[in-house]
Amino acid sequence: MKTFRYERPADPAAAVTLVAGTPGARYLAGGTNLVDLMKLGVETPELLVDVSRLPFGEVEETDTGGLRIGAAVRGSRLAAHLLVRERYPALSQALLSGASAQLRNAATIGGNLLQRTRCLYFQDVSKPCNKRRPGSGCPAREGAHRDLAVLGASEHCIATNTSDLAVALAALDATVHLTGPAGVRSLPLTDLYRLPGDEPERDTVLRHGELITSVELPPPPHSARSRAPLMVYRKVRDRASYAFALVSVAAVLDVRDAAVHEVRLAFGGLAARPWRAREAEQALQGRPATEEAFVEAVRTELSACRPLRENGYKLALAERLAVAVLADLAGQG
Amino acid sequence: MGRTAVTLEINAQSCAFDLDNRTTLLDALREHLGLTGTKKGCDHGQCGACTVLVDGMRMNSCLLLAVALDGAQIITVEGLSSDAALHPVQQAFIDHDAFQCGYCTPGQICSAIGAITEAASGWPSAVTPQERPLGPVPLTAPEIRERMSGNLCRCGAYVNIVNAVTEAAEAVGEAAR
Ligand SMILES: Cc1cc2nc3c(=O)[nH]c(=O)nc-3n(C[C@H](O)[C@H](O)[C@H](O)COP(=O)(O)OP(=O)(O)OC[C@H]3O[C@@H](n4cnc5c(N)ncnc54)[C@H](O)[C@@H]3O)c2cc1C
Ligand code: SF4
Ligand code: FES
Ligand code: FES
Repeated sequence: MKTFRYERPADPAAAVTLVAGTPGARYLAGGTNLVDLMKLGVETPELLVDVSRLPFGEVEETDTGGLRIGAAVRGSRLAAHLLVRERYPALSQALLSGASAQLRNAATIGGNLLQRTRCLYFQDVSKPCNKRRPGSGCPAREGAHRDLAVLGASEHCIATNTSDLAVALAALDATVHLTGPAGVRSLPLTDLYRLPGDEPERDTVLRHGELITSVELPPPPHSARSRAPLMVYRKVRDRASYAFALVSVAAVLDVRDAAVHEVRLAFGGLAARPWRAREAEQALQGRPATEEAFVEAVRTELSACRPLRENGYKLALAERLAVAVLADLAGQG
Repeated sequence: MGRTAVTLEINAQSCAFDLDNRTTLLDALREHLGLTGTKKGCDHGQCGACTVLVDGMRMNSCLLLAVALDGAQIITVEGLSSDAALHPVQQAFIDHDAFQCGYCTPGQICSAIGAITEAASGWPSAVTPQERPLGPVPLTAPEIRERMSGNLCRCGAYVNIVNAVTEAAEAVGEAAR
């Protein structure tokens, strides 16, 4: 590991100034991804600015009945939070399905959202990789890409985003609040992430020095019949626990009079960002909540998939998973 | 530059270091303090052998930079037993033969202590039914398997580990009553 300076400023403004003024600086939160990548030589920061103790450790109800989650909140605490379990169960499920209990105790919400891809070549500095070294090539395309993207990829990169949390937040219409050298701004979570295009080195739209301060959720949708929010996160992986998603689905569904009143659907494991299935949502709006309608809508969304040699299985998996999740939610309503 | 003064409370003893910023908590424990009970398996957060308790929460010490923990209370496997008695989780691992080579065991034991605390605090796991009333979560075998999934055992002592944690959870629960 390369040597680096370490700073723990007392307030966010000082943290932003430090990182913005040092091109090779990185924020450090739980460190569970960054320290790992530093050991691998993928990240070689000259300065780490520790933001894990900044005053972003709270989970609070907003005036509108939504929830504001501080960026430094640990995953395990958020998953166990009573308001989250009661009102946003899919968020709790997504967090609990990711990594291990030890990692969730250390990892923060901000760090989780900005975790880097697990593409093998990205993590191996002896290999070319356009994301790590722009212009060096993408060996994954011909090589090991079983876990990689089928949607929104480019000839330059087929990496996936691996955050379970981000998929649930995408379906929940979350907003990300930022502070940076040019002041504060907010973005829909789905706009935080970029597709690779010809700049695969940029995972997100964040500018150097921008700090995630919190994530905000609008009030949870409720079905007409029950007060329980109808939402679920389901993840398919190679083993029952402690593995990244092959495909995952977060869905919110409200059926009234046998028709789709409201639906929100997001996929994980398919693309460089959590994939909000807007086409499928549109196709379902107002339609009878039947399995045939779900299949048709999900197929429309997935028709844009461009699988490679080893990851074509993701299409069938994503379709069956989404249809099963929607059918279950429709049955519960 | 590149070094920082750090104070950690390790097994109830205050320890002051001047550390290279690159030092992980795991290396500080093993290389600087000679506390070799905590093991290095993968060094990448994938195996759980390095699990210790940081301010009461189980974490992988291989991914924590020691400088970032200044002021934290760390408990390692060496700090679990009081003079005469082993910790109930240690005793249960012996009683149930919950290891073969023992390499994963310190991490398993610290992790089990964390798991028992988390379940007693009502923290759900991925297999906890959503409709369960709030309150302590009973540590059934599926709960233990899920909650302990961050600790790999290459000898495959899993069956006995689940038995040991089951019994230890009861023992800890009784002691708390
Ligand atoms: C073995 C293993 C298995 C895993 N399995 C899963 C899984 O199944 N599902 C899953 O979703 N994740 C999984 N993870 C990833 C894990 O969730 C992430 O490592 C973790 O969430 C990162 O959070 P952190 O606080 O430790 O971030 P750090 O490692 O501290 O930071 C990560 C990145 O975010 C930046 N950053 C951190 N906070 C901020 C902020 N507030 N503003 C701006 N930038 C910031 C850092 O500069 C860094 O670039 C796994 C990790 C490991 C090691
Ligand atoms: S898929 Fe992306 S991250 Fe993986 S090798 Fe290709 S360029 Fe690198
Ligand atoms: S050594 Fe830390 S998890 Fe393997
Ligand atoms: S007892 Fe040998 S690795 Fe677990």
